[in-house]
Amino acid sequence: MSLAARLATGPGRSIAWRLTLLLTLLLTIAAAGTVVAALSYGQTAATRAFDRLLTGAALQIAERISVVEGETVIDIPLSAFGLLSLASEDRIFYRIIGPEGQTLTGDETFPLPDASAVGEGPLLYDTAFSGEAVRAIKMQRFLAERAVRGPITVIVAQTLRARSELASEIVARAVIGVVVAGGVTLALALLAMHLALSPLRRIERAILARDPKDLTPFSTTTPREVEALVAAINRFMARLDRRVGAMQDFVADAAHQMRTPITALRAQTELAMEEDDPRKLKTLQRRIRDRAIGVSRLTDQLLSHALVTHRADSATLEQIDLRRVAVEAEREARRTGGAEGIELDLPADPVMVQGDAFSLREAARNLVTNALAHGKRPVRLRVSVTGDGKALIAAHDQGGGMSAVQLERIGERFARDASNPQSAGLGLAIVAEVAGFHHGSIRTATVPGEGFEVGIELPLAEARPTGNPEGDAV
Amino acid sequence: MTRSLVPLAVVGFLLLQSSGSAEAAETIIRFEARAAQSGDLVIASVTDLDFMRPLIAAFQDFNPGISVTYIEDTSNNLDASVSSACADRGFFADLVISSSIAQQVRLVNGGCAREIGSPVVANLPDWAQWRGELIGLTYEPAVMVYNKAAFSETEPPRSRFDLIDLMRQSGDLNGRIATYDIEESGVGYLFAFQDSTEASTWGRLIEGFGRNSVATFCCSSEVIDRVADGRAHIGYNVLGSYAQSRADKDPRIGVVLPTDYTLVLARAGYIPREARNAVAARLFLELALSPRGRTILDGETHLLTPLSGPAALAGSGGDEEPAFRPIPLTPALLVSLDRAKRAQFLSQWRKSVTPPTP
Repeated sequence: MSLAARLATGPGRSIAWRLTLLLTLLLTIAAAGTVVAALSYGQTAATRAFDRLLTGAALQIAERISVVEGETVIDIPLSAFGLLSLASEDRIFYRIIGPEGQTLTGDETFPLPDASAVGEGPLLYDTAFSGEAVRAIKMQRFLAERAVRGPITVIVAQTLRARSELASEIVARAVIGVVVAGGVTLALALLAMHLALSPLRRIERAILARDPKDLTPFSTTTPREVEALVAAINRFMARLDRRVGAMQDFVADAAHQMRTPITALRAQTELAMEEDDPRKLKTLQRRIRDRAIGVSRLTDQLLSHALVTHRADSATLEQIDLRRVAVEAEREARRTGGAEGIELDLPADPVMVQGDAFSLREAARNLVTNALAHGKRPVRLRVSVTGDGKALIAAHDQGGGMSAVQLERIGERFARDASNPQSAGLGLAIVAEVAGFHHGSIRTATVPGEGFEVGIELPLAEARPTGNPEGDAV
Repeated sequence: MTRSLVPLAVVGFLLLQSSGSAEAAETIIRFEARAAQSGDLVIASVTDLDFMRPLIAAFQDFNPGISVTYIEDTSNNLDASVSSACADRGFFADLVISSSIAQQVRLVNGGCAREIGSPVVANLPDWAQWRGELIGLTYEPAVMVYNKAAFSETEPPRSRFDLIDLMRQSGDLNGRIATYDIEESGVGYLFAFQDSTEASTWGRLIEGFGRNSVATFCCSSEVIDRVADGRAHIGYNVLGSYAQSRADKDPRIGVVLPTDYTLVLARAGYIPREARNAVAARLFLELALSPRGRTILDGETHLLTPLSGPAALAGSGGDEEPAFRPIPLTPALLVSLDRAKRAQFLSQWRKSVTPPTP
């Protein structure tokens, strides 16, 4: 299981848990790195420190080599060995070689450095002598006397006990330091994390403490990192609030709007049952039919209105061709009846808008139904691009149009024509709602002699390359 | 005092060794196990058997099943034997004890020793142990002995300054100063070498020795003999253990711990790498530093131990407390053994001490 997967499935996938795990992991890596560095540093430091002793001792010995009366005199100073004895537990070896390669004093068998590593200056090298690893220095002093001429080689060596002790001491201290520092850092980091995450817990408490009916936005001050989250919650609650409101409106509207016509229908039906006169009965039957159509349309429009309201909140807008919307709306209107003989007036080129196909279709259907109900045939459903670059879908009829009062109240719900029992007064309200959430507007035009036109004007969608309907707007 | 120890067999060998001109004696004495034999401990030493006998007896009190073979030789011979055994990785002894501590340090430096691995090592002062392989067992000051009769009128010298003054002022001391032959004696050389590093008095001292025709001898006992019978008035740099135990019995000699500084030598012991009975050797070393061992060493032998020595010697210097300078067991002692250094030092000694041939 990968780390990412492990993190994702940790207990409760808590942020605190993830942070703890990641921090521990990072600190462990850092600590391991430090220990590795300390190991190498400890070795280097110990080697350097004791190499200095070795160099110092060799220098002191080399300095005391002289030529007296034609003889090479080697007067090993006590201080040189005193210096080496600072590494109190280590064995000391030395060898001094004359110009001809003869060992003048010291351990005759002490190994010289590899021939490949010869140099002018002092040379430090590792070797083994008398059963133990040793660190040695080779240093040369050139004698230029009448009797003795050439290099005197001084080799001083020491076993490694003090070096390894120092190195392990350095490492041990580093490890202790790293472990302590790591522990403290982790503890502080966890504390800091706890403090940093406390706003989340505050928000959590605020949500839990809330009255279930309270859908107002949170006013708690929130850190910037969770502002988006709280804003999303607030937006969600606002939508929920609207939805609940719409639902309540719908129920209230439905109850109010349905009761009256259904009561009327019942009364007419009862009248019809009492009526014996066939002619009067026929009239009553027609009235009952008209009323039934009205109730049917009202139901249809109430549901349509509820759906459109719902989609205004939830539907995703997509690129659609208004011509297609018109064609489908016409077909739908025809299927529900009473819409025969509608003309479609469509341009040759697609009229693309950003919108919800269902809502636009409902709006177009209501435009047509409205024209059929209140206008004068023939009714024409027209799609066009206006002069100022907007898309228009409108229903045209030959009637006289609306009165000034009606125009003023256009889009209001139940602004019905009292004289017409088939009108539910919701058609243009639906149209207005659809126009609203498409960032469009209702347009009316009355041309004397040519009739009345009402429709929705929408912004045209930005031109997209054809063949890529998904789009690549990122 | 009657000794409780009676060796079941005392085998003495007097072997003539053909190493150079020096006649050397190797003595081997065997102390049989007192109970069923379970092991043998071979001790090689330069210490006189009389000094070691009580310790060996005590050791066998605790370990009756172990027989002890005691090999005694001069320091140089012992060093040669032990070195060659070490070089050949052969067995020579389970325990090597010598007052020639520079040679002991050289052997340990050469990897001839093994870790003792005993808690007694940690109890010792730093100067009395090295690498946990070599430990100091005694605390023996380098003293001056004097003939009491010769100094009945005047004060005996209390310090090197007194001795130098005495040698300058009067001709009485001519031919009457005895000391080690530092070419022959390892201990004598060590004391002389330490003297030369310790203070500037050394140059004036050997100059005085030369002017007064110093007599040199192989061993402390010979120096003490001459002082006792009056042939010499002063013996310089004599091992305090020998001097004090002689002075206990012989009223003719007095012992002086020089007040300017008193060198202190700790005979050093180590267990060779090739020891066969390292366990017994370790037990022996532990015994020597145990309360029982300390009682023995602090007793009539006056060997003392590094643990008990400072307290035992305190107050023995009279009015002025001597400054004790224990010779630390460190590789710095190797310098004194360096061929070139030794040759220079001895030649300086000879030039000063040997009277110019007429």
